[in-house]
Formats: sequence, structure tokens, C-alpha cells
Amino acid sequence: MYRFVLKRLVSGVLLLFVITTVAYLLLYSGSGDIARRIVGPTATDAQVAMKASQLGLDRPLVVQYWDWITGAVTGELGRSWFNGQLVSTGVSSRVWVTLSLVLGATIVAAFISVVVAVWAAVRRGWIDRVVQFVGVLGFAIPGFLIALGLVSLFALNLKWFKATGYVPITTSFGGWAATVTLPIIALSIGCVAAVVQQIRGSLIDALRKDYVRTLRARGLSFNRVVYKHVLRNAGGPALAVLAVQFIGLLGGAVIVEQIFALPGLGQITVAATGQGDIPVVMGVVLATAAIVVTVNLIIDLAQGWLNPKVRLS
Amino acid sequence: MIDAPPALPVTAAKISLFRKLVTHPTGAASLLVLFLVALASLLAPVLATHDPNEATLKDVLAKAGSGHLLGADSAGRDVFSRLLFAGQFSLAGAVVALAVALVIGVTAGLIAGYYGGWFDAVSSWLTGLLMALPGMVVLLAARAVVGPSMWLSMMIFGVLLSPAFFRLVYASVTAVRNELYVDAARVSGLSDFRIIGRHILTVVRAPVIIQSAMVLGIAIAIQAGLEFLGLGDRSIPTWGSMLNDGFINIFKAPALVLWPALVIGLVCIALTLLANAMRDELERSSGPVKKGRKAAAATAAADAEGAAGKRGDAAVVHPEEPGTDTGELLLEVTDLGVGYDQPDGSTTHVVNHVGLTVRRGEVHGLVGESGSGKTQTAFSILRLLPQDGRITGGSIFFEGKDLAHLSEKEMTKVRGKRIAYIPQEPMSNLDGAFTIGSQLMEPMRVCLGISKAEARKRALVLLAKVGIPNPERTFNSYPHQISGGMAQRVLIAGAVSCNPDLLIADEPTTALDVTVQAEVLNLLRELQDELNMGVILVTHNFGVVADLCDRVSVMQTGRVVETGPVRAIFNDAQHPYTRQLLDAILEDTAPRGQYIPATGTAQLAKPQELKGVTS
Repeated sequence: MYRFVLKRLVSGVLLLFVITTVAYLLLYSGSGDIARRIVGPTATDAQVAMKASQLGLDRPLVVQYWDWITGAVTGELGRSWFNGQLVSTGVSSRVWVTLSLVLGATIVAAFISVVVAVWAAVRRGWIDRVVQFVGVLGFAIPGFLIALGLVSLFALNLKWFKATGYVPITTSFGGWAATVTLPIIALSIGCVAAVVQQIRGSLIDALRKDYVRTLRARGLSFNRVVYKHVLRNAGGPALAVLAVQFIGLLGGAVIVEQIFALPGLGQITVAATGQGDIPVVMGVVLATAAIVVTVNLIIDLAQGWLNPKVRLS
Repeated sequence: MIDAPPALPVTAAKISLFRKLVTHPTGAASLLVLFLVALASLLAPVLATHDPNEATLKDVLAKAGSGHLLGADSAGRDVFSRLLFAGQFSLAGAVVALAVALVIGVTAGLIAGYYGGWFDAVSSWLTGLLMALPGMVVLLAARAVVGPSMWLSMMIFGVLLSPAFFRLVYASVTAVRNELYVDAARVSGLSDFRIIGRHILTVVRAPVIIQSAMVLGIAIAIQAGLEFLGLGDRSIPTWGSMLNDGFINIFKAPALVLWPALVIGLVCIALTLLANAMRDELERSSGPVKKGRKAAAATAAADAEGAAGKRGDAAVVHPEEPGTDTGELLLEVTDLGVGYDQPDGSTTHVVNHVGLTVRRGEVHGLVGESGSGKTQTAFSILRLLPQDGRITGGSIFFEGKDLAHLSEKEMTKVRGKRIAYIPQEPMSNLDGAFTIGSQLMEPMRVCLGISKAEARKRALVLLAKVGIPNPERTFNSYPHQISGGMAQRVLIAGAVSCNPDLLIADEPTTALDVTVQAEVLNLLRELQDELNMGVILVTHNFGVVADLCDRVSVMQTGRVVETGPVRAIFNDAQHPYTRQLLDAILEDTAPRGQYIPATGTAQLAKPQELKGVTS
């Protein structure tokens, strides 16, 4: 078990290193004359050169990269080129908004998926067909269209929720819940659609297994066998899909944050992208990659818990 | 020219897939929607009422109707015309992403799958890397460098999407690469290029087409998302940028969001439904094997029924031996019928008018070849028939209650505690996710209502009792860590753990090694003696019957053809089928019948299914 965790941890850190390195090299070498872009087309060459040396852009790329990576290890990610704000503060103050959205959507989706999938797999018949058809629709419609629909229906027409704004969970839980409910619903619908299909399929497979009959023959009720044994065996593939969906949700959150005006990672990403503020973009890439690596690690550990064969190999 | 004949079936297959899609309800509707959207976009210059970029100040946010079919946007541009022209750019952008993904993914998948080696390792690793970050974040980062060009964004997205094709092609190619016909092609001197083109591309073509529809939908969605964020090229109309304009003015003109959202949603849904329809149709057209198997099963069942009808004579019943019927009557099955509901509404009967009795302390053997209905009879006593299977008639009296008509809740109380079950295949009957110990304790705690500590103590005693050398270690093991013989002992321990009155053992030794078989049979006999249980022993092995049973029922095609005390059956078999089974025994102690030529009745006996004899 110990070795299993260590192995996953090392491969996660390695992945993080590779992603940030590739991103850094591509972003900095692809940006052309950065100093010129910052000071504007009317500036003199001397002004451009001064800006470049001020930002350290006149040094070789490898040296700049070394600076960045040694800084990154200590949590120091440089400053924004345009407003001079520390990248680490900008990212860390927003990452929790995005994380609470995405984690909330994942948990909601996992819970709903299990209930609906068990329902469809056990009952079959028309319930199963309806679930499958709705699943295809939910999977096909882009998440931000669903978000737009929710805004216009519940916020603009019915006025149940405020359309925009954010209250931190530390200020007021009720206020936080009211501001993230619609975004979480918008994000989780597509996720539910994908995960339900997966769990339903693995449940139907698992229900046909011999041990289901044997456990029932020992006097366990059908529901107990389904919820304790069948679900646990169907859980592995479901978790894998959930992990893939989680990565997609991080992307979807960018747009959903924009629609609901939530101060998350998406907001600074869009702003930095429009300006070409590379240090901030790098900070976002690092934060996203770190989240993905962490979640994959957690999922791996959960897989090991669900399936003893994974743990022991 | 030489290539022409083999090429024919390929086009035929293509045409037939298209034809099938046209008759598939959602497939046809999706195709129609996509065709109309594509056509409208192509004919934009003809259909449009305005120049899509012509801004008229007086028409800003104009309502639908007044000179503008669907109104005008925040710059006074005609929404209808923009929608048409935007179709050109949005669809073309998605096609660019698809093309890039196809070229990279399919090529890399073919090379990595066919040649393997370092290219395989590198591309698989790259695939993992590409899929580690959300596409949206990568696109935004790229946008910071390459600027707002939609075409460049879509090319980059194509690279990000290429793993979808890479994985698909890679999996198909590695599966096909070692097929015999590919080997044959290689041996006959075809170049790799021709083999890939002829044998491998044909395999991956259909899944790639399906995946393409999905990928197009994703590309349209993500492109619309980028433009919606306001990060797109403002000089060209796209559905996403129209959505952006509409969202900014959502309070002033809510309808502006509606039209582009409707088009994007429709196209995405149509593409997904189309992919699903294609998958359905391909599965159906590759399904004759499945259909054939089902049809064969139906015919076999019908045969069985017919045969049962023909040989509907009453079973041969041997008289009781004096002094044997002393035990209390535990189970009395009368006139039992089991049927499976077919999709066409009919019912296939697999067990007809079966009757049998079990007394306390008695072992009743249920003998017959595979498919004779003995396992179905056993499952129906437990009320654990597979899905679609049900008891069609008769009664199963156990302690004065008719199990055939008991509620599921009542039945749960009977299972485990009163009637227990030992399965045939030990490994697949243990849940691999839980330890042996937890699987033994759970039913005991539910059925007997005992504490965890007590259940643990009892489980260890049981494991020792069934002859497991180190009960503590096995208790803490997972099923994949123990041998098949051990697993069967564990299942026997589980079956007797709640002191049942009746034990149903379904070929408990068939899956085991010969030496282990003898040990397990001895164990069963000991436990039966000790606990004074009634036992139904399902087997196709007369050696086992001779060893363990007090009474035998011989089943053929869903009926009991002969029943009686074991001695009577062995010494005085009346039914020809019973005699055939007895004659098939190769053991020295049992009588070996006359040699029967391989024609006529001997074929019916299917001796290959009556594997040797144990003990």
C-alpha cells in the first residue's frame, strides 16, 4: 500500500513538472517581442529594451525558466506584467472559488448518477430507455448553453436566484449556497449524463455476476447486495469516468464563471489571455495541473480501496 | 483494376450503413437537421437578406419583423443573415479541428499499434499528457500567445482532440495485428502499407466515423465557448460571438441569445444522436451471430418442449425401500414449471411438471445432462432465477409454506438461514472486492443477528471445520489470493454458516481438480451427517451419486424421467435415458453396459458431457 501511494505520488509530481516545463517553453518562446507589446507600438527601442531588462526578458530562456521553476517550488510565481500584482496571490485568492464549484458539481453529479444508474440498471424497461435518452441529450448540449438557460429561467424570469455575484463561504454559508447553486447545476448536468451511462453499464455487468446470486442465497436482501457489493464492484470504472469529467469541469468552469460573474480562476484566465499576460497564464496552468494531479492521485487511492487487486499489484 | 473486386463490398457496406441510418428514426432526423444547417450555411449569400457585417445605427437591437426577420444585434446587424454566415465559419472551424485530430490521431494510432516499439511508448505517454489538462485552459493559454485567430485555435484544439482517435485506432490495430489473416497477408509478401490500407483501415473505419461525429460536436461546443468568452476573432461572424453579443444584452433583448443557442444546441444534439444511431446500426448489422445464437436457443428450447410433449409419459417411480422414509418431509416440489419470457411475448419452458421430495437427513441427487433443467429447478427452489425467468406453475412446499408464492421479503428470510446454496464455480462466486472474512460474517450478522466479534469467532471455527489449514490467514485474504479448492471450502462454510435445514449444491465439484473433488465430497458428507440437513445435489456425475445420494431423480429436457432410491436406480434402471447415463460410467465398480455402436441412441447420451468419475 505504501509503495503504491509513493509510486503514484512520484508519477504525479513528474507529470506536473513536464506540463509546466512544456507550457513555459511554448508560452515564452511563442510570444514574440513581449516587451514591445507591453510598452506599446509608439515606444522607442530604448524604452522597449529597458522594459525587457526590467522584466528579465533579455536573459536566455533557460535562465528565465530556471528562475521561474525555483521560484515556483517556494510558491513564488512572479508578478503580472500589466498590473504588477503577485501571481501567487491572484491565483490563490481565486482558486477556491473554482474548486468549490467544480468539487460541488462532482459530488452532486456522483450522488445523482449513482441513484439514477441503479434505478435504470435494476428496473430496466421504459425507465432505462428514458434515462438513456435524457442522458444522450444532457451529454450533447454544451454546458454553457445549459448555464445560459438556467440564468434566463431562474434568475431573470423567476428571480429565484441572483443572476451574478459571489459570497464567500466564510462570510455566509447561505449566501454562498445561493450564489453557487445555479453554476453547480449547470456544470453537473453534462457530468451526470456521462457518469450515469458508465455506472449503468458496469452495474448491469456486475448484476449478472455469480456472486450476486450466491450472496442473495445466503440471505442478504437484493438492495443490500446491490448497494454494498454490486455498486462497489461497478465503482472502479465509474471513478475513472468521474476523473475525466472532473478535468472537463475545470474547463467548463471558465465559461460558467463568466456567465455568473464568479471571481474564480476562469476570470483571471480570460483577462490574462486577452492581454497576453504570460506570468498569470503560467500561474493558472500550474494551479490547474496541480489540481488535476491531486485529483488523479485521490482517484487512484480510491481505486485501490475499491479493488484490492489494484492495491496489491 | 485488380483492386476493383475487393473494393466493391466496402462501398456496399458504406451504402448500406447510410441506408440503414435513413430508416433509423433518430438517425434520419439528425441527418436531416445537419443537412439543412449545412445547406443553409452554404447558401448564405443567396438566402441572407443583409450583409452580415453591415451595422446600421438606427437598427440597434431592433425587434424581429421590422425589416429584420429575427431582429438585429447590438451593432444593428441583421441576426438572420449573421446566423447563416456564422454557420459557414463555425462549421468550417469544427471541420478544421476534426481534420487535424483525424490526421494526427489515426496516423499515430496506426503506426504505434502496428509497429509498436519506441513510437508506441512515446505516443501513449504524449496522449496521457494531452489528456491531463482541460482543453479549455490549454486553448486559453495558447490564445495568449497566438492571438484571436479562430483557425489557429481550432487547429490546436484538433491536436488536443487527437487522443480520441489515437486510442481508438491503437486499440483496434493491436487487436487485429496478430489475427491470422493479417499474418497470412504478411507471409504472402504484401507490403505493410498495403496491409494497413486493406486489412486494418477497414476495421477502424466504422468506429472512426462514429467518433468523428462526436468530435465535431465537441469542437462546435468548445469553439462557441471560446467566442462566447469574447476571445474570438471579432471580424468574422460565428455562433459563439453572436451568443456573446446576446448575453451582454440579455436584459435588453433576451431573444438575441435564443437563436445562436438554439442552432448550437440543435447541431450538437444531432451530431451525438447521429453517432449513437450509427453505433446502433453497426451493432445490429454485426449482430447475426447474436441473433443466430438466440434463434438456436429458441429452437433448442422448442425442441425440448416438443420432446417433452412427445415423451410426456409419467416418470418411472421406484418404490421406497422399507425403513428409508423415516425423516421428516422437508421439501415437496409438485408440478413445477419454469419459463423464460421472450422479447416477442412468448414464453420458453425449460422445466415442465417436475416433482421431487427431500426428507431431513436425506441426499437427493438431481442427475441429467447439461440443459436438462436441473440447475433451473434448483434456482427456482431458491427463487433466484435469472432475469426474465419465472416459475410458471406448480408449488414448492417447504415447512408448510409455498415458496413459489412467497413474497420477496419472506423469501429473503428463508434463504441462507433455512435453505442454503453451494455454487458450481468457486472463484466467480466470491466478491473480489471484500475479504473472505467479511463475506462470511455479513450474512451471519444479517441472518442470525449476532455481533461482529461473535460472527468473527464463528467464521474462524467454520473455516477450520471445512479443513482450511490456516483459518486466520484465509479470513483476512481476498478471493484472488486463494486457490479454487480453498474457495469452494469457503463457499461451503458460508452455506452452512447459518445452520440451514436444506442445502442445495449445484455441481459443487465440477470445477475442481480430481483430488480436491474427493476431499470436498467427503466434507459435504460429514457436514450433512453432523447437521442432519436435507441436501439436493445437482450433478451430471453418477459416480458422485453413488458416493453420496440416498435418492435420485433423473432429468431430461426439463422433466423427471425416473426417480427412486439410489440402489433401485443403479440396479434396476427402467428408463432408456437412465440406462444410457449409467452405461457411460467408466468406473470399475459400476456396471459397464454393452458396447453400443455410435449410431442411434448412443448419440443422444452425449457421452462427452458425462466427464469421468470421481472417487
